[in-house]
Amino acid sequence: MMTRNSSSAAISVRALDKSYGTNHVLSRVDLEVERGTVFALLGPNGAGKTTIVHILSTLVAADGGDVFVDGYNVRTQADDARASIGLTGQFSAVDNLLTGEENLLLMARLRHLKARDAKKRVTELLEQFDLVEAARKPLATYSGGMKRRLDLAMTLVSTPRVIFLDEPTTGLDPRSRHTMWDIVRNLVAEGTTVLLTTQYLDEADELADRIAVLDGGRIVAEGTPDELKRLVPGGHIRLRFGDATALDTASGILAESERDDAGLTLTVPTDGGVGALRTVLARLDAAHLEVDDLGIHTPDLDDVFFALTGRVDTKGPTS
Amino acid sequence: MTTITAQRPTTGTRRQSHVVTDAVTMLRRNLLHIVRYPGLSIFVIGGPVVFLLLFVYVFGGTLGAGLPGVDAASGREAYIAYVMPGILLITIAGTAGGIATTVSMDMTEGITARFRTMAISRAAVLAGHVLGNTIQAIIAVVVVLGVGLAIGFRPTAGPAEWLAVAGIIALISFAISWLAVGMGMQAKSVETASNYPLILTFLPFLGSGFVPTESMPGWLQWFAQYQPFTPFIETVRGLLLGTPLGWSPALAVGWCLVIAAVGYAWSMVLYERKSVR
Repeated sequence: MMTRNSSSAAISVRALDKSYGTNHVLSRVDLEVERGTVFALLGPNGAGKTTIVHILSTLVAADGGDVFVDGYNVRTQADDARASIGLTGQFSAVDNLLTGEENLLLMARLRHLKARDAKKRVTELLEQFDLVEAARKPLATYSGGMKRRLDLAMTLVSTPRVIFLDEPTTGLDPRSRHTMWDIVRNLVAEGTTVLLTTQYLDEADELADRIAVLDGGRIVAEGTPDELKRLVPGGHIRLRFGDATALDTASGILAESERDDAGLTLTVPTDGGVGALRTVLARLDAAHLEVDDLGIHTPDLDDVFFALTGRVDTKGPTS
Repeated sequence: MTTITAQRPTTGTRRQSHVVTDAVTMLRRNLLHIVRYPGLSIFVIGGPVVFLLLFVYVFGGTLGAGLPGVDAASGREAYIAYVMPGILLITIAGTAGGIATTVSMDMTEGITARFRTMAISRAAVLAGHVLGNTIQAIIAVVVVLGVGLAIGFRPTAGPAEWLAVAGIIALISFAISWLAVGMGMQAKSVETASNYPLILTFLPFLGSGFVPTESMPGWLQWFAQYQPFTPFIETVRGLLLGTPLGWSPALAVGWCLVIAAVGYAWSMVLYERKSVR
């Protein structure tokens, strides 16, 4: 009889391959996620993030490789794995014809909670996700953020050991985004393992213990947020001047800068801090140079990709 | 919030026992939809009632007079009796559009994908739809039959025949529902899903529902005699009005089993394959 290896990692993926026809969506992906941690899959659209989540959550079969979730093989022990996991996808998977409370009760029944426990859990979740007032209203009256919260609450009805969040904050306003982050932090504090996908470096930075950068179906880098940031060149300040003379002078003062004669601009690398900005401006001021326009650029996903893949164009078809 | 540390069942037998519970949960969900959004049900019942009134009061006089052994004066009364079984079958076929639409909505809204990531029997999710629709179809048939009785339909069936009618109506509804689930799964959009089952509502017209098949041209007669709705209609007609049953009940049950099996197999294959966007 097959059994679960409870001492193993929460998620373990070895040499995962997946193709749709001749399109190789995933190529030899390896992942190892420790229990009680947050793991972020970072990548642009079409990198294969959602496909990984679909394979881990038993929705899609892999072509090759071994995938274990909570110690269960998703191919041969799919139902055991399903009892351990929860998935909140990119699109709210809720029953729009029911109320929020009814949606939660439906999940509780499908997770086979006893009637009394179900009611208690649903009340808890409605409070925790700030949905008490809307509980008995039809979902047509819910905002995008509320639906997303309800979706996550539905995932948490039975406290799964491993939770997959596929772009949990895409399309949310900043406040809902922070609410979502708090929810994720609380989950992990209680021992749940979270694997999330995101296009946003700051989100991965904020939440994840480890990040894997996915590009074109391959993992191009993996490590802690700090380890990854060291791979990314720092930010820069872009200065535009009124004429070529000013540009010449400034270029002489700021020797580390790169000049663009056509645009009359200088790009000065910095660590992104205010101090560095102040220094640059003070040096220009001392030379009585007028700056027409100033832009500050902090490292973002594009930079990570540029650094890791050596190309800027990372856009692909939606996964 | 607490972390659940209790042991969960890992054996197949424990999980099998959840199939029925899960199917009931899904059935409750679908019944709640019907209660919460009665618009679809009203449409499903209203359509056949309009057909009934149209065929009895507009076409009935002429069509009834053309039935074998009926004199021109009593055409309408004779036609109510003749057309009623066909109308009941149209009622059942009409519910297929509703179930195909709801199944398709579940697919496009992603809730089917959510169910698939949970340890729920695949059959239970779809059975919930099928049972919900079967119940809705039976209610619709009862209402349409009630309207028929109110405007002068006079069946000759005894208690045993009525019981048999109930049984065959339930079985046909069940079979058609499985087929409609497959159609709903196959459809790429909710709009297409609501259109596919229209084919089913046509079949009673191309059978013995509205005129005797003998009055049709040869090639159509051949189709009309061998398509499933003719034995369905003949069985209901025979039970309600005492017309000769012949092989019709056996054929009707056989067709139901075939349609249900095909619909079931089709839906299950699509369920695994298509519920991910």
